[in-house]
Amino acid sequence: MIAIIDYNTGNIRSVINALQRIGADDVRITSDKELILSASHVLLPGVGNAAAAMEELKKRELDTFIPTLTQPVLGICIGAQLMCESSEEGDTRCLGIFPTPVKLFPSSLALPDGQRLKVPEMGWNQITSLRSPLFTDIPEGSFVYYVHSFYPALSNSAIAETEYGFPFSAALNESNFYGTQFHPEKSGKVGEKILRNFLKL
Amino acid sequence: MIAKRIIPCLDVRDGRTVKGVHFVGLRDIGDAVELGSRYAEEGADELVYLDISATYEGRHTFTQLVERIASHINIPFTVGGGISNADDAERLLAAGADKISINSAAIRNPSFIDELANKYGSQFVVVAIDAKTINGKWMCTTHGGRQLTERELMSWAYEAQERGAGEILFTSMDHDGTRVGYPCDTYAELSSMLSIPVIASGGAGTSEHIAEVLTRGKADAALVAGILHDGVTTIPEIKDFLHKQGIPVRLT
Repeated sequence: MIAIIDYNTGNIRSVINALQRIGADDVRITSDKELILSASHVLLPGVGNAAAAMEELKKRELDTFIPTLTQPVLGICIGAQLMCESSEEGDTRCLGIFPTPVKLFPSSLALPDGQRLKVPEMGWNQITSLRSPLFTDIPEGSFVYYVHSFYPALSNSAIAETEYGFPFSAALNESNFYGTQFHPEKSGKVGEKILRNFLKL
Repeated sequence: MIAKRIIPCLDVRDGRTVKGVHFVGLRDIGDAVELGSRYAEEGADELVYLDISATYEGRHTFTQLVERIASHINIPFTVGGGISNADDAERLLAAGADKISINSAAIRNPSFIDELANKYGSQFVVVAIDAKTINGKWMCTTHGGRQLTERELMSWAYEAQERGAGEILFTSMDHDGTRVGYPCDTYAELSSMLSIPVIASGGAGTSEHIAEVLTRGKADAALVAGILHDGVTTIPEIKDFLHKQGIPVRLT
């Protein structure tokens, strides 16, 4: 059974749909700790505001519970940011699983081609320096889908990097905890392969 | 490097896609989910589904269609057409839409943008602007180009951004359906002024036109419809052309 942690954050429907497309049929959306503990894999999705999302985790006492999990856990987008040390969004203290700060893209940055760095970063960008079983059979430079204004800085926990004006951590890993700043559930066949890889961990 | 996006737009009526020139003379093209899946497999970066019947008829069919799209399609998709209040937005988000596109309702009630952005996040809100030149000025229209407003393109786009729009989708009603190319100078001015992405729409006749709006026009994405639906060109052909021009695209 795969548990998607329910903490009243945005669009988890797309994560459920993606899991069903790759054949995962027993997917539960829950904030029940016993049920989460019994899952083979746990997902922490999220969209919206990191500060508000952190408050929702605290309300359910999930902020102290999630770091104690021992099965593979995958944070997506805000979920991955919450697993970091801190976020500049609302000056938020996060779960501290990855020793990594989350920062805001500077919207004044000019790109080499003279165009402006748009914030949020919205669209398909490449992942490089892939170094994790999460990316088994994923070619270097594959495109994945991003929607974000905040990014996890480069870090010793990084297992993939993306460049948007400068490089940042596209994905992170510490022991059984994984996080992707991009949306595998919206990243076409590449994203589905990454989700399959996660379910094999 | 971030890729420039190619986004097929599917106009939907009663669950089936249609596309008209200058928004009249609609023709039936096919099943919306099938067509979307085909475009996704061919390398579409996102999809846009516009419910062109929404303003006049019930929206139940479209919501059911959005649920089917969300479960079948593995790339992001935007839905639009007749979204006039937060309940409409909530219903489509719950059905699985990644973004919603609002147009007339935002012009009628600009604080609608703030409401949606605050509730669901800017990434959920695309503000679509249909504008045409009147005495040399780009003026916004509503209701598929039928009603002229007092709003000027640049100032309205900037206001929409400041209110929380995540992207601006600008269609030139002077060019839509004509296949003569985009007003690239206007796009360049718009994109340079805004800090959020700009999607170019309406006017593409060839891959050269698309290349031009993504470079000289500084657009972040191009919405394409007629030239795809009619088989004039294909997404792989467009992307191959852009790639050869040195424009960053996602090749699949």
